[in-house]
Amino acid sequence: MHQALGAKMVPFAGYDMPLQYSGIINEHQAVRTAAGLFDVSHMGEFLVTGPAAGQFVDSLVTNDVSTLYDGKALYTAMCQDDGGIIDDLLVYRFGPEMYVLVVNASRKVIDLAWVSQHAPPEVTVRDVSDETALLALQGPRAFDILEKASGTDFSGLKFYHFERPAACLGSQHLLVSRTGYTGESGVELYCPTAEAASIWSALMEAGQEFGLLPAGLGARDTLRLEAGFCLYGNDLTTDTNPLEAGLGWLTKLEAAPFIGREALLKVKASGPSRKLVGFVAQERGIPRAGNDILAPSGEVIGSVTSGSQSPILSKGIGMGYVENRPEFTTPGSPLQISARGRTTAVHVERPPFHVKRTES
Amino acid sequence: MTFPEELRYTKDHEWIRVDGDTATIGITDFAQSELGDIVYVEVETVGDAVAKDDVFGTVEAVKTVSELFMPVSGTVTEMNTALDTNPELVNDDPYGEGWLIRMSLDNPADVDDLLSASDYADMVGQ
Repeated sequence: MHQALGAKMVPFAGYDMPLQYSGIINEHQAVRTAAGLFDVSHMGEFLVTGPAAGQFVDSLVTNDVSTLYDGKALYTAMCQDDGGIIDDLLVYRFGPEMYVLVVNASRKVIDLAWVSQHAPPEVTVRDVSDETALLALQGPRAFDILEKASGTDFSGLKFYHFERPAACLGSQHLLVSRTGYTGESGVELYCPTAEAASIWSALMEAGQEFGLLPAGLGARDTLRLEAGFCLYGNDLTTDTNPLEAGLGWLTKLEAAPFIGREALLKVKASGPSRKLVGFVAQERGIPRAGNDILAPSGEVIGSVTSGSQSPILSKGIGMGYVENRPEFTTPGSPLQISARGRTTAVHVERPPFHVKRTES
Repeated sequence: MTFPEELRYTKDHEWIRVDGDTATIGITDFAQSELGDIVYVEVETVGDAVAKDDVFGTVEAVKTVSELFMPVSGTVTEMNTALDTNPELVNDDPYGEGWLIRMSLDNPADVDDLLSASDYADMVGQ
């Protein structure tokens, strides 16, 4: 279907994924000014059920799952004993004994093994990824489009909340979640795989008058980077921990114990040795993953984990780990990115890079 | 996707248009399409003699950076300065306003070794 729309496909984590349709910049601008529709069905979904499902999930992730209630989701990390990040994920609470974990495609197999291996006998973990599709409708016009397509106004749905309407967009099993990976308003729609094509078509048709464009992984990456969201495999790996990755806000060391907590308490006590910072180029040049980050003295102090041209700023932007010293991590600090024998001057900046935006 | 008959091509996706002992060089329609939105073109070899297959510049798209190779040996005489402010010309008009450099050829006969339009089209499967 995506190929019929002129999509350029790429293999990604074992899936043929649409990299771009009309062009990354075009799709990116559409999401910032109107709306974009992404097929991100490659994401993994695990259903966790049983009397102690909540406590079990809480014991696996850094955030405090006990704060969830039915219809509420949270973003969190799952760590190894040494605090290294296995994955970043969403946890949805369907009921007191039913949770859904939404994980990265590239980590699905590892995550499932990890979660299953730690599950107590009374908790069941089921991989429902193959039967679950995920479409992300993102952008300032997302709720207008969803209302036109479904006849229902979902704009009252609060950030990180979800609904499971009885019947919507021709589906009895739709989940409408006010979440996303673009820094824009919008929803993520979970549905049975068999229904995804018709829901996609209904949204595209309804979205035409609002400027909706199909959007691919390329724009998804530039949008998330502008918004300052981490990408697993780039900014987060098993060699990074949530405190150095700037994910302290979802690491609740004082709440119920979780795997990796002891190691993270030690990191917190001593302070992380390095920190993930964002930066914006002050001259021509685009930071790329793997480039060295240099202090003004020319000394190598870290490396770039994500980099791109920002379509909104028309400047290079990126993220990377640097030695945790104020002169390298404070917004405004001048650093340099070294690539192919040339350096590009950058300033440390706190994302989002594209605009200051708050959602509540 | 078009590959004009009057141009010659390289396996690295450059094209060359010869006019006597000078030539204009750019990247092909296929190359710009594969790279996607081009945001910078860097050429720091103007005035330099550059050998065939050596790098004369780089082109940066949103997702990737790619080196540019000389199709034949010669001296880079000019770069397309319009690309400093409008790099998207390479996407919009790769054989016209999106040209990259002009050069003087060491030996105009070198061009005969390059791919014809139909050979290049076969190579990229178009």
